[in-house]
Amino acid sequence: MNGEGHAVCLPADIDTDVIIAGRYLRTKDRSVWAEHVFEDLDPNLAPTLMDTVLVTGKNFGCGSSREQAAIALKEAGVVAVIAPSFARIFFRNAINIGLPLIECDLPCTQGDTVKFDLAAGWVETGGEKFTVRQLSPRMQAILSAGGLVEYWRCRR
Amino acid sequence: MSTLSERILGSPAGTYVDRKVERAYAHDGTGVLTLEAWKSMGAGRLSDSSRLSLIFDHIVPANNSTTATLQHELREFAKSSFLHFSDVGGGICHQLMSEGIVLPGEVVVGADSHSCTPGAFGAFATGVGATDMAAIWLTGETWFRVPETINIHLSGAFTGAAEAKDLALAYVSRLGMDGATYCALEFTGDGTASLSMDDRLTLCNLAVETGAKAGMFYADSVTVEYLKALGQSVQPQVAEACEYVQELSLDLSDIVPVVAVPPRVDTVKPVQSLIGLPLDQVFVGTCTNGRYSDLARFARIVRKKKVAVRTIVVPASRMVLEKAIRTGVLADIVEAGCTVGSPGCGPCLGAHMGVLGEGEVCLSTANRNFKNRMGVGGEIYLSSVATAAASALAGEITEPEVNE
Repeated sequence: MNGEGHAVCLPADIDTDVIIAGRYLRTKDRSVWAEHVFEDLDPNLAPTLMDTVLVTGKNFGCGSSREQAAIALKEAGVVAVIAPSFARIFFRNAINIGLPLIECDLPCTQGDTVKFDLAAGWVETGGEKFTVRQLSPRMQAILSAGGLVEYWRCRR
Repeated sequence: MSTLSERILGSPAGTYVDRKVERAYAHDGTGVLTLEAWKSMGAGRLSDSSRLSLIFDHIVPANNSTTATLQHELREFAKSSFLHFSDVGGGICHQLMSEGIVLPGEVVVGADSHSCTPGAFGAFATGVGATDMAAIWLTGETWFRVPETINIHLSGAFTGAAEAKDLALAYVSRLGMDGATYCALEFTGDGTASLSMDDRLTLCNLAVETGAKAGMFYADSVTVEYLKALGQSVQPQVAEACEYVQELSLDLSDIVPVVAVPPRVDTVKPVQSLIGLPLDQVFVGTCTNGRYSDLARFARIVRKKKVAVRTIVVPASRMVLEKAIRTGVLADIVEAGCTVGSPGCGPCLGAHMGVLGEGEVCLSTANRNFKNRMGVGGEIYLSSVATAAASALAGEITEPEVNE
């Protein structure tokens, strides 16, 4: 899987309460989550996320298991998230809904283009290429299918 | 020679396994997306409904018509599909799992991050999201990367007013909020013998606050006796010499009452350094500290006194509530001026039953103090039950008195 987007630089240890607050969870309307994503971090961020790659510090997505956090990012237009490390439930959730996560300690300049090729195992920004940690074969298969729902639908 | 995770998952650390799940549970929050994803997978039926639980605990009873409608749909599904269902008032999913359902050696998966809690029984218990849970509904199994293990070696016994929650915050502070990401925590050492099942559940509950996949105790005589009282006959587990990626030694007699200051669970300070901090609310409950022994300890401290600040007490389950009624603990709590909520998660996640206003400060026995979690502009300090009780009486953060 490959893609590109404009970098949005974010700090370390962003928890899922900050990605999407508990007060917005009780709905099936995904546009609500996209509209309020990162509201408690920066209320102006949500509308600027179309075609972006989030480049964050370590431990992105820690805290609650709410899958709405990963869905909110995808619905808001985030193409991929790059971080030195992710919290493990968020990691599974994002891959399960078809949002690529890339483990890499990438320097970030706000707005710069970030390109990635997961099969080839690299990300590129500021004219420099960085090697990324490969996903497990199972996770690659789930991501290639478009998510875990599609993965299982194909197998039945 | 294996760690407990390696033994239960049947494979060495770092390998990937597909594993049948003995118990899988979701709640009213994650259940909505689980049902949606399961339907989208094209499933006609559940893999094995006898192994699946759906437990209403997050917003119970429903706080508005949107929540009520989502819960109604989920409830109708639960009734028609014959899975184990616990409706409003039954209690918190992790607590129900700890009342004779989860047994040593089982693989347990919950659609909630604090599903590491029943690892206290010597089970491999971990949290997932809704779509992973839907796949378990479909197939009865899931994949794991067998985790490396960090050993938390405990010695000694508690002294003074320290309790399991203080120890839990101490290890979270030592490891940091991502210090155990992708790893399991194993609690071992002579110090474990003095810890009750409730203490162990509190300790395993906070494992995820270090990023850990699981927090585990080996089943011993304490586990066997606890489960026997709930009608389950189990054998203790014997630890083998094994390889840990990291060792952390803690002497229980060094533990003092502490508080985690907002907005991070790993920013932990002695209660002594925060004495006098004014409070607007005290909250006692949750999957961390809402068990009977917690309510009893709280009641002993506030008995025949009056709380000086809004204090909300929420039992973790109906079984806890019933016992608190039978023993008079509930009367002590109510007569001290506390407000008692129906069993469940209460205001922990900021949805109802004690949401904070802008600028308000809460001292809570829960496990998370993230920004705005209990209400926009509210701040959350986390403490033990004893610290919460003493502070509720004073209306400000106060050191608990030393246990007799």
